[in-house]
Amino acid sequence: MTENILVICEQRDGKFQKVSMELIGKARQLIEKKQGQKVVALLMGDKIAELAQDLVNHGADRVVYVDNPALKDFMTEPYTKAACAVLKSENPDMVLVGASSIGRDLAPRIAARLKTGLTADCTTLEIDDETGELLMTRPAFGGNVMATIICPDHRPQMATVRPGVMVALEPQTKTGEIVDFDVAFETSDSNVEILETVMIAKETKDITKANILVSGGRGIGNNFAPLKELADVLGGEVSASRASVDAGIAYKDMQVGQTGKTVRPDVYFAFGISGAVQHTAGMEEATLIFAINKDATAPIFDVADVGIVGDAHKIIPKLVNRIKKEKNL
Amino acid sequence: MKIIVCVKQVPDTNEVRLDPKTGTLIREGVPSIINPDDLCGIEAALRLKDEYGCHVTAVSMGPPQTDVALREALAMGCDEAYLVSDRAFGGADTWATSSTLAGAIKKLGYDLIITGRQAIDGDTAQVGPQIAEHLGIPQVTYAQDIEKTEGNALIVQRQYEDRYQKIKIKCPALVTALSSLNKPRYMSVAGVVSAYDTKEVKTLTFEDLKEFVKEENIGLKGSPTKVKKSFPKQVKAQGVKHEVDEDDAVEIIVKKLKEHFVI
Repeated sequence: MTENILVICEQRDGKFQKVSMELIGKARQLIEKKQGQKVVALLMGDKIAELAQDLVNHGADRVVYVDNPALKDFMTEPYTKAACAVLKSENPDMVLVGASSIGRDLAPRIAARLKTGLTADCTTLEIDDETGELLMTRPAFGGNVMATIICPDHRPQMATVRPGVMVALEPQTKTGEIVDFDVAFETSDSNVEILETVMIAKETKDITKANILVSGGRGIGNNFAPLKELADVLGGEVSASRASVDAGIAYKDMQVGQTGKTVRPDVYFAFGISGAVQHTAGMEEATLIFAINKDATAPIFDVADVGIVGDAHKIIPKLVNRIKKEKNL
Repeated sequence: MKIIVCVKQVPDTNEVRLDPKTGTLIREGVPSIINPDDLCGIEAALRLKDEYGCHVTAVSMGPPQTDVALREALAMGCDEAYLVSDRAFGGADTWATSSTLAGAIKKLGYDLIITGRQAIDGDTAQVGPQIAEHLGIPQVTYAQDIEKTEGNALIVQRQYEDRYQKIKIKCPALVTALSSLNKPRYMSVAGVVSAYDTKEVKTLTFEDLKEFVKEENIGLKGSPTKVKKSFPKQVKAQGVKHEVDEDDAVEIIVKKLKEHFVI
C-alpha cells in the first residue's frame, strides 16, 4: 500500500473534462500533508498517450495510462476492468473521481469490485491530522445537512466530486513519470453494444463558465424572456432552479443546485427562487448574490448579499432599462 | 421476461426546511414518497409488461413502514412486492445495501432489473451499479428511453451531459432510470383495492436470504463507509434585506453592481 492519491481522469473524444484537472489540483493540496507521496493520474482511452503530458502540467507527479481500442468509447465493464487493474498495481491510499455521468457509472462499480467505500458528490475533502484518514464531507438529505464520511478499514478511500467544486491549478510545463499500463481485454468485456451516438446541440451556454448568472424560479412563472434580456445587457447567462426545470420552462442543463450544477459566478441573481437548500447548495459560493422575492421569509435571503422584497416581474424591466442607460446602449 | 424494480421510500426533501434558530432539520410533517426516479422505473417496467406481458416484482429495502410504498407499486400494477427488512440490515451504506438487495434479487430470479438513477435523500446514484456488480451483470445507467428488442435484449437511450447513445444490452442486465424516461401512471381504484385485498407485500429477512448474501456483507458491519459526524449547513452571514419600491430596488442593485465594477 502506498500513501499516494490517484485521480481517475476523464476524457471524451480526446478532450479532458475539466473536473479531472480540478481533482488533480485538489489532490496536490491534500498531498502536502503526506510528504514524499505522489499524485497519480489514471488516463484511459484509445490513442490517448499524447494527452498524458497535460495531466503532468496540471500537477500530476505520475500518469498511468491504458491505451486500448476496447476503451474507445466509455463502456462500464472495460473501464472498470482497466481501472481495477491499475488500482491493484498502484495501490493508492485515496482515489478521486469526477462525478460526471460517466464517473457516477464507473466509480460505484469499481468500489463494489474492490470492496471499498465510496462517498458521492463530496464538497470538502480534508485529511485528518491525527489518523491521516480522508474526511469526505457531502450534503445529505437533499442538501439540508452535511455529513462527514470516513472509510476506516478499507482501501483505497474513494470519493467523487462534482464539476466546479474544486479549483484546477494553472498549467505549467513540468516533467513527470508517464507509464504505459497494459490490460488484456477479452471480447466478452464489451458486454454492451453502442449502436449510435448523438451529440446534443447546446441550446444554452455552459452556466458553470458564466461570470454573471440571472436565475429564475417558481416565482417567475412561465416566461423567462425578461431574464434573458437582463442577462444579455449584463453579458451573462440565464439559469434556473429545479422548480422551473421540473415545470418544463427551463432546460435541465440550466439547473443550479444539488441535483443540477454547482456555479460560482461573480454575480448571481435569484429571481423568484425561494432558496431551498437544494438550490443554495449549488450557488452560495457566488461572490455577489442578489435575491429578489415577494416572500420576505424566503430562505434565499439567508444567503443573499443584497435582498429585495418585491415583485421580480416589475423590477426586471426597470432594471434592464436602467442598465442600458448606464451602459449607453 | 421477469423484471425486478427496486424502489426506495424517501422523505420528500423538497418539503424539508431548517429551523432558522437551531439549524436543525424539521422532520415533522415531511411526507414519505416513492423516490421520483424509482417511480419512473416502475412505469418503465409496467410499460414492458403492458406490451410484452412481463412479470413485474417491486423490491424495497427499508423499515416496516416501507410497506406503504410497495402497496403503491402494487396499486400501479406490479404483480408482486417484497420488503427486504431486518434489523440486521440496518445502518447499511451503499455497498451493504446493494449486496443485500443483490441477494434478494438472486433469490427471486430476474431477467431485467430496473432501479432509479438516484434517490433524492442521498443522491449517490451508487446502489444501482453496485447491485449490477454484485450480480456480475452489465448495466446501462441514465436511461431516458427503454425499448425491448429480439433475443431478450433491450435498446436503451443513455443520457450524457453532451450527448446520448443508443446502447444494446442483453439480459440479464440492470438499467437505471432517469425521471425524463416517462410520466408515471397513477394508481387505479381497482389497483388500490387489490393492493390491499388480494395482493400481499412479502417480507424477506436475513434468514430468508442467508444462502444468497453473507452476514459480513450486510448492515453496519458490511459497510466500508461510516458517518463520522453530521452537522447543519453553515448559513452565510446575512446580507441586507430591503423592503422598497421597484425604483429604489433598481437603484440599490445598480449601485452594488457599480461597486463591483460589473457595470
